[in-house]
Amino acid sequence: MTTSNSLYRYRQIKSAIALSLATVATVIGLIFLVWILWTTLINGIAALSPRLLTEMTPPPGEDGGLANAFMGSLLIVLMAVVLGTPIGILAGTYLSEYSRGKKIGDLVRFVNDILLSAPSIIIGLFIYELVVRQTGRFSGYAGGIALGFIFLPVVVRTTDEMLRLVPDVMREAALSLGIPRWKVTVHVLYRAASAGILTGVLLAVARISGETAPLLFTALNNQYWSTDMSGPMANIPVVIFQYAMSPYDEWHTLAWAGAFVMTAIVLLLSVGSRIILSRRGK
Amino acid sequence: MLQSSSALDTGRTANTMKTDKITLENVNFFYGKTQAIRDVSISFPERQVSALIGPSGCGKSTLLRILNRIYALYPGMRATGTVKLDGDNILDPRYPMNELRARVGMVFQKPVPFPMSIYDNVAYGIRHHERLSKTEMDGRVEEALRQAALWDEVKDKLKQSGLGLSGGQQQRLCIARGVALRPEVLLLDEPTSALDPISTAKVEELIAQLKANFTIVIVTHNMQQAGRISDNTAFMYLGELIEHGPTSQIFEAPKNKRTEDYITGRYG
Repeated sequence: MTTSNSLYRYRQIKSAIALSLATVATVIGLIFLVWILWTTLINGIAALSPRLLTEMTPPPGEDGGLANAFMGSLLIVLMAVVLGTPIGILAGTYLSEYSRGKKIGDLVRFVNDILLSAPSIIIGLFIYELVVRQTGRFSGYAGGIALGFIFLPVVVRTTDEMLRLVPDVMREAALSLGIPRWKVTVHVLYRAASAGILTGVLLAVARISGETAPLLFTALNNQYWSTDMSGPMANIPVVIFQYAMSPYDEWHTLAWAGAFVMTAIVLLLSVGSRIILSRRGK
Repeated sequence: MLQSSSALDTGRTANTMKTDKITLENVNFFYGKTQAIRDVSISFPERQVSALIGPSGCGKSTLLRILNRIYALYPGMRATGTVKLDGDNILDPRYPMNELRARVGMVFQKPVPFPMSIYDNVAYGIRHHERLSKTEMDGRVEEALRQAALWDEVKDKLKQSGLGLSGGQQQRLCIARGVALRPEVLLLDEPTSALDPISTAKVEELIAQLKANFTIVIVTHNMQQAGRISDNTAFMYLGELIEHGPTSQIFEAPKNKRTEDYITGRYG
């Protein structure tokens, strides 16, 4: 009786220690997260004003907004999405549906994972060499292509995984109706995996909308309103970077505002994708 | 296992005059290097129910999956020998696979409605094979749902998702989907093992009715079920066909010791 009691106490103590350590680790993680969000919120809200959307990025010492940077970011991200989504979904489909039992599938998956974790600055440099140096100018197109390369592997990965989550018996059921493979994929499997694939696309948008390094080498920046993607383009991350490093208070305020808006957008995308994913269960 | 043989007395004596719809000759099947079916030769008569029984892993499901070549989805799986459907060898690579699957429908153990409405679940296969007007399609969908004894339960909610139905209803929806193409053969892979007794009874009744139009091959783990619904029974063990014949003979006077042991529940 006493032995089992002492064993029980010993286990209770072990459990208490493990639980405390796990709690402390969680709290440490959360403190920094809350700290970052709180600082962004306080400084960002103070800097919010309608002028953000109506005025251009100002020269030092003047008031202004971020309209050109928002527009630039929107166009560049849009280009990355337009480039990356179809290629990503097709490549993911190939991996999940057509590379079964082939070595090439594992190889492509492996290379895709490398691309997925490649430092974004390297992708920036690569596009700098491939597009900027060849065309002789920084441009929104180059920025869109660079972000597209970061966007693509995320979509490939999620499409592949979401399609592989669809049980084989669903494929068998559709094929056993005498329907060809490609139709089964498009009509049945995409439909079954659509929420997951859409979530992947949204999370990938969230991922690229804050990328700075690749844009420094490609889209650069632009003080003026421009929707011409063949020239340098303003964009939020680079403006935040530039303004935050500057000595001017007005620029700091704008950088906070930009940071706040971007954080809010990323948060909305994440929450939105979660809602979509949880609806699928119904 | 088998409580009484009275259930079998109602069993029909197999009509040997019927023609054979499917004939297997020396069929072998391999998963990679593992051989799952060994030299099986058997015929399935037209418009009768043939049951495949045997312990888990005996190859009965594999044998069923050869009949519409659904195994071709997976690399490394292959079948040798000949499987004749109305005299043509379906294992011949030139045999058009999608035509084969339109003629030989399949219902699986686990009900898998497609992620679309009840109506579309049934109409999807038809749309691929035939061009029908809206009215004709409505008629075909209703016909299939009636054949699957599901029409009365779903006629007011055809636009709702097929995933919202109960398990038993989902399985009957899958049967409706299969019969909607008006196949000649229906393969049933343990169609009631995931269902409650009431749904099982409904599906069994259904099979008895479908026999009028289709040649049915059913894999089942349930001895009583095989006894109740089938005209012919084949007992398989370790990839080999041990014995086959009219259900009443297999159940009442098995020739092989292993068949007798299995049927009387000595192993399984």
